[in-house]
Amino acid sequence: MSDNDRVAHKLDELYDLFSRRLAGDYEVDEFGFDTELTEKFTLPALRPLYRKWFRVEVLGIEHVPDDGAALLVGNHSGTIALDAMMLQLALFDEHPAQRHLRLLAADFVFKAPLLGEYARKTGATLASNPDAERLLRAGEILGVFPEGVKGTGKPVWERYKLKRFGRGGFVATALATETPIIPVSIVGAEETYPILGEIPVLARLFGLPYFPITPTFPALGPLGAIPLPSKWMIQFGEPISTTGMAESADDPMEVFNLADRVKENIQQSLYALLKRRGGAFG
Amino acid sequence: MHDQQAAHTAGERVPGQKTTVMVTGADRYLGGRLIEMLTGDDTVADVIGVETGALHNGTLSRILHRSKVDTVVHAAVAASAVRSGGRSAQKESNVIGTMHLLAACQRSPAVQRLVVKSSVAAYGASARDPAIFTEDTELRAAPRGDFASDVADVEAYTRGFARRRPDVTVAVLRLAPLLGPTSDTSLTRYFSLPVVPTVMGFDPRVQFLHIEDALDVLHEVTLDRRTGPSGRPEVFNVAGPGVLLLSQAIRRAGRVAAPTPEAMLRAVAAAARGRNIVDFSLDQLDFLRFGRVVDVTKLTEYFGVTPRPTADAFADFVAGHALMSVLGDPETTGDGPSFFDQIRDVIGRKGPESER
Repeated sequence: MSDNDRVAHKLDELYDLFSRRLAGDYEVDEFGFDTELTEKFTLPALRPLYRKWFRVEVLGIEHVPDDGAALLVGNHSGTIALDAMMLQLALFDEHPAQRHLRLLAADFVFKAPLLGEYARKTGATLASNPDAERLLRAGEILGVFPEGVKGTGKPVWERYKLKRFGRGGFVATALATETPIIPVSIVGAEETYPILGEIPVLARLFGLPYFPITPTFPALGPLGAIPLPSKWMIQFGEPISTTGMAESADDPMEVFNLADRVKENIQQSLYALLKRRGGAFG
Repeated sequence: MHDQQAAHTAGERVPGQKTTVMVTGADRYLGGRLIEMLTGDDTVADVIGVETGALHNGTLSRILHRSKVDTVVHAAVAASAVRSGGRSAQKESNVIGTMHLLAACQRSPAVQRLVVKSSVAAYGASARDPAIFTEDTELRAAPRGDFASDVADVEAYTRGFARRRPDVTVAVLRLAPLLGPTSDTSLTRYFSLPVVPTVMGFDPRVQFLHIEDALDVLHEVTLDRRTGPSGRPEVFNVAGPGVLLLSQAIRRAGRVAAPTPEAMLRAVAAAARGRNIVDFSLDQLDFLRFGRVVDVTKLTEYFGVTPRPTADAFADFVAGHALMSVLGDPETTGDGPSFFDQIRDVIGRKGPESER
């Protein structure tokens, strides 16, 4: 084929894709996950940020299974959930089976216009027991950030110090479905939008969990929305098996113990990663 | 006699033992068609149809007693307001009608089965709900919207009835919004608008039930002879498996979505409230933001019937209403030159010498 043919062919494919999209001729799963939209539009849009801006380095991807369910538990940081997006792209681009990350998000996400729509279409659903169990039983890779907004909204001087892991609902779900838990440590997101302070009045006004002040936002206006180009590292830890533990899903002692173990594991590997990375913008 | 009935599996009916069925909502499409279907069934001795407006305790009691009705199908609860009456008439027929019917059933010892047509609106719609409702999902205490609160009332009265008459097998069917090739509902009118209003920034998952599948399920459940749990109704979700996104459905119908700020739609809903001009209320607004999807595994496992997928039900509706794309047909492939050829014509053909 000549170069022109190749270009024409590529355009032809694009045209087909767009006309199919416009005719509504595509599939979404029962959670609203639009695989095609995610693979063809959303992830490609994030890729330059992932490769060029944050230069994400991925370690231990072999700990994620090729098929079947796993529960990824990560540290949450970075003011907006960029870490969730980068983790999703890491799993799809670096894993040989190109696995999709199904994230659990707080209800304020689904209440917010655009954000909720984006979340569902890229595979997220409400952080609730029924949804989590359903996804795990369907053999999906589920991602949770147990720190929630406490993790993303913490000031810069508390960076890389894990917040409380809530009630450990994620552990109970993993136990009930006997799904392995994979601790994930993400370094780099803390420096993207370092939070120096908050404006509670504006948070209440916009219905947000917090309204951050960073070195560039809101001082520089829309320019403040550009994340600082920190160097990122994502480490997938060794899976923690939960086989044969379904009965302990409603045992608070067992649940808290396991949650603590996961948290400690992530905290330790965060310190190791930070040492390995050196300067935040290097 | 009950034990003997329980021994029979789905679909198996006792020969010689014919049932007498009463169907409410005979003046509505679903009720009317169900009566037709039951009339043609040779395990049915007699079918009595009752119109939505005629649900009165005394009259119903007399009919139940005189005809020895053993199976009652309550198909009169409906989402659409009665054409002439507006909201108060809707509530009257949905809630008060149900109370009258249940009161009559309670006093009739011959009644052995009660099937209540309810709606998935019982689950409400919000950002705090799980993505997929199962029958075990707890219902919210006070659902928003007129129809949703009617449905909640109807189900509450039905639960009370099941408690008071533990000998009666009660089935509650939560139906997804109905679509059919010829149906005319507020939903079909919505998708027939050339420009379809949606809530800006939201693209809910929607689920439909083909009207023929709704009939099949009603028919199957009505003539099922197994005894259910005692003292409480057995609930079944009835919907086409799978989902469509609202934007996707609008595209498949060849329409154009008009994303509108929520505040504006809210104002319209407030203005329409209590009046009979536009069929639009707050629970519909919630539905347009958060959608509503149910799991139908229980129905399939218990009755062995599965409605056709939501996408197929919707396709049949689009074909039946002959909805023409307002955009024109985007397909140029087929007999004409492909887009590929057209592009090549534009950018020029270099010939075989440029081959690498």
